[in-house]
Amino acid sequence: MYALLSSIPYWGETLLRLLGGAVAVLLPAGTIVYLFLFKMMSFMQSRLGPMEAGPYGSMQLFAEVGKWLQKEDLLPERADSFVFKIAPLIVLASTFLLVAVVPFGPDAWFTNFETGVFYALAVSSISVLGILMAGWSSANKYSLLGGLRAAGQLIAYELPMILAVVGVVIQAGSMNLQNIVVAQNAGSIFGFDGLGNPYLLTQFVGFVIFMIAVQAELTQTPFDMPIAESELVSGYMTEYSGFRFLMFFIGEFATAGVFAFIASVLFLGGWGVPFSWFGWTGIDDVDNWMNIGGPLIMLTKMLGLVFIIMWVRFSYPRFREDQLQRFAWKFLIPVSLVNIMATSVLKVAF
Amino acid sequence: MVAQNIAFGIIAVIMVVGALRVVTVNNVVHAALWLVLVLAGAAAQYILLTAEFVAVTQVLVYIGAVMVLFLFGTMLTRAQLGKEKLLNNPTWYLGIPASLLLLGVMILALISSFGDEKLPTDSELVSTQAISDQIFGPYLLPFWALSFVLLVAVIGAIVLARKD
Repeated sequence: MYALLSSIPYWGETLLRLLGGAVAVLLPAGTIVYLFLFKMMSFMQSRLGPMEAGPYGSMQLFAEVGKWLQKEDLLPERADSFVFKIAPLIVLASTFLLVAVVPFGPDAWFTNFETGVFYALAVSSISVLGILMAGWSSANKYSLLGGLRAAGQLIAYELPMILAVVGVVIQAGSMNLQNIVVAQNAGSIFGFDGLGNPYLLTQFVGFVIFMIAVQAELTQTPFDMPIAESELVSGYMTEYSGFRFLMFFIGEFATAGVFAFIASVLFLGGWGVPFSWFGWTGIDDVDNWMNIGGPLIMLTKMLGLVFIIMWVRFSYPRFREDQLQRFAWKFLIPVSLVNIMATSVLKVAF
Repeated sequence: MVAQNIAFGIIAVIMVVGALRVVTVNNVVHAALWLVLVLAGAAAQYILLTAEFVAVTQVLVYIGAVMVLFLFGTMLTRAQLGKEKLLNNPTWYLGIPASLLLLGVMILALISSFGDEKLPTDSELVSTQAISDQIFGPYLLPFWALSFVLLVAVIGAIVLARKD
């Protein structure tokens, strides 16, 4: 199989990677929307959710996409048409850029960036730009308020997210996501290597801060001030309809999936199984079947993490603006700084 | 190397056009968005030079933070839709000699310090460890000085913003 892959020319390989990227973004997005938004939310509210389209309503997603594609692409009269049209593309582009560094197996990666984590954090901040553009160009007060709230919130929660990741980087000694996966699966806890060393255990504080920051970056309840429907209609998305709204919608859930992928790489051991199970010592020993198994393991971990994100989303009421900012600046950032200090002291000590 | 040269040319043209639009366009938000394009072009050039870390830092700091705050600030205060009159400073032509002077200084500095030296055709990836060894080794003092400047700026901002 490896010989077959190596005979593909460079352009073919690039095409395959692009295709893989589209699958890695759209497949989780669809799964998340059906499993959690349609079914889990319905069950939590004692109803069945969609049941008509396909078995258990599993084809509902395609019906929804068809519905959005048919709708008219409205443009407000006073809107800045170019900025208005390009804004959802920028939000979606940030998601596609984000998935580029996620490793799905020993050879199944899109790009093996040396500064992987750093890159992921950097490109995730591009979506704020798209949200601000959407809010401003809509020529609507609600949209502008939503865009500004989103920017304020995302700036505040980007910092704890970056600081939470620093602990993992210190422990793994690398910013490359592939190396972080290997460091966790080849590691051991006080000589016991049956579990590897998932950073969920040693970096639990970092994990909790990271997941809270992800919740805020995704503007999911309780951090949904930017699209608070009872105050701002629908925030920066108010004026969007049809395909452009669909792009925002896909962007929201695809980003949830990709962030869950990154969290599972950073804290749950990513695509790997503890290497000691099969007697592997490094990434070169890993068997080829992991290129098929790895993506499935990643998908399972991703669904588990998104389950938590959605569980919180459906359970909690919205934060007030001042509570939201105070929580980020006065609680999360100090705690993550202490976490970094503790991690570096322990790293030097052991 | 040819492919890299072509990519450099394309990105450079985009950057120059973008930079000109930043100062000629008559809408504040559009100007800021053109500036985003210029800064993104700079990040792409760093990637072409295999300077990953610098490129990612460029995206994180300039696009993700500085430009977002820029847009946030203008949208919070005044950011009309459509064309805005009187956006150009009446003394804009003074900028031409200033920028020419800057260009001259930079050309002089480049030629006098590098001369005929050329970039290696197969430049190796600069590892992040090497960069951090430089920052926390020979360049520690400038790094500290920079941190102090930023600290002063932060304290100054707090003093200006506090009412009591």
